[in-house]
Amino acid sequence: MEALLSLFIRSIFIDNMALAFFLGMCTFIAVSKKVEAAIGLGVAVIVVLTITTPVNNLLYTYLLADGALAWAGLPDVDLSFLGLIVYIGVIAALVQILEMFLDKYVPALYNALGVFLPLITVNCAILGSSLFMVERDYNLSESIVFGAGAGTGWALAIAALAGIREKMKYSDVPDGLQGLGITFITVGLMSLGFMSFGGIDL
Amino acid sequence: MKVKELLFKPIFEDNPIALQILGICSALAVTSSLKVTLVMCIAVTLVTGFSNFFVSLVRNHAPSSIRIIVQMTIIASLVIVVDQVLKAVAYDISKQLSVFVGLIITNCIVMGRAEAYAMKNPPIPSFLDGIGNGLGYSAILIGLAVIRELFGTGKLFGIEIFSLATEGGWYISNGMLLLPPSAFFLIGLFIWAIRAVKKDQVEANEFKIAPNTKVKEA
Repeated sequence: MEALLSLFIRSIFIDNMALAFFLGMCTFIAVSKKVEAAIGLGVAVIVVLTITTPVNNLLYTYLLADGALAWAGLPDVDLSFLGLIVYIGVIAALVQILEMFLDKYVPALYNALGVFLPLITVNCAILGSSLFMVERDYNLSESIVFGAGAGTGWALAIAALAGIREKMKYSDVPDGLQGLGITFITVGLMSLGFMSFGGIDL
Repeated sequence: MKVKELLFKPIFEDNPIALQILGICSALAVTSSLKVTLVMCIAVTLVTGFSNFFVSLVRNHAPSSIRIIVQMTIIASLVIVVDQVLKAVAYDISKQLSVFVGLIITNCIVMGRAEAYAMKNPPIPSFLDGIGNGLGYSAILIGLAVIRELFGTGKLFGIEIFSLATEGGWYISNGMLLLPPSAFFLIGLFIWAIRAVKKDQVEANEFKIAPNTKVKEA
């Protein structure tokens, strides 16, 4: 239990998806102009990550890993090279299913998330956390916690950046830096701030 | 003329990273060492080129409702090929790139160019457009990597350029450049530099700050 809790905290602050691994940067920069939109996207990312990481973990353990097909009488088969295409397929399919499910049963949330749900398929934070899960050999419970933590960390970062950008539009930025340039420098400063968590050993 | 435009326009005028905001994730993560960056650049350029080529080949046969999944399958298959080749030929570098080879799939440059260019144009121009955008991406990445590795460690490709103070030389390495935040600062400054030359890329400010009219009172 303690190990899971520390993994959760680690994946939010120390190994922050956006600020330490630069994952999901395109959407991170593009959708951080308004706080409400940023929070909507953040929530969607948390939900999708919490579902896809464990599902991909199950697929990896029981289908793809070296010797994983032993239960089907094929102990010598190693399908791990198919990993990439399976993970992205799972992510695309789950996002689609989630969209249909929300549309039918939770229309309020569906309307709130709007265009952000389909965008999530190509968010590298989602595929990235599945790949990290494989690289770091997480088991099922660890991958649920890691997915939720990584999503929360990403949501936190994008909400914070949107807050800063909303204030920053009133400031007098040099012409060439206007917009994209100053956003990068802001994210750099935020990332510097998050690095101060780096020394914490959980 | 067409070929030249397709290949070189994305490098300065319509750079995928600096202007189109595509493919930033990997631009930041892999640039702390020049060798790794070069491998990444070659991989991305090839994947973008060939995915554009194949997407363009099937553009008239795939119904538009399933085009995204078709593109994804093509891109993912190409990335698997790259990943397996890297694991076989350059295992160390493949370990250093870790998840970022796989993340070429979601690299927005590949998907963005497939959607924006390859769906509407014949295979050969699409291929060149892909290679061109890959080169535009590479130009920024290599620039970043040279600065980060040279000033961060005093070396390029692991060969000493500046003699380090710790080994009796004169250069005190700037460890900050190897850390993630420096990549953000450098890209920000790169964009500033490009826009200082290409004034038309400057974004308009949402709010104009009025000049201080009452100077004496202020």
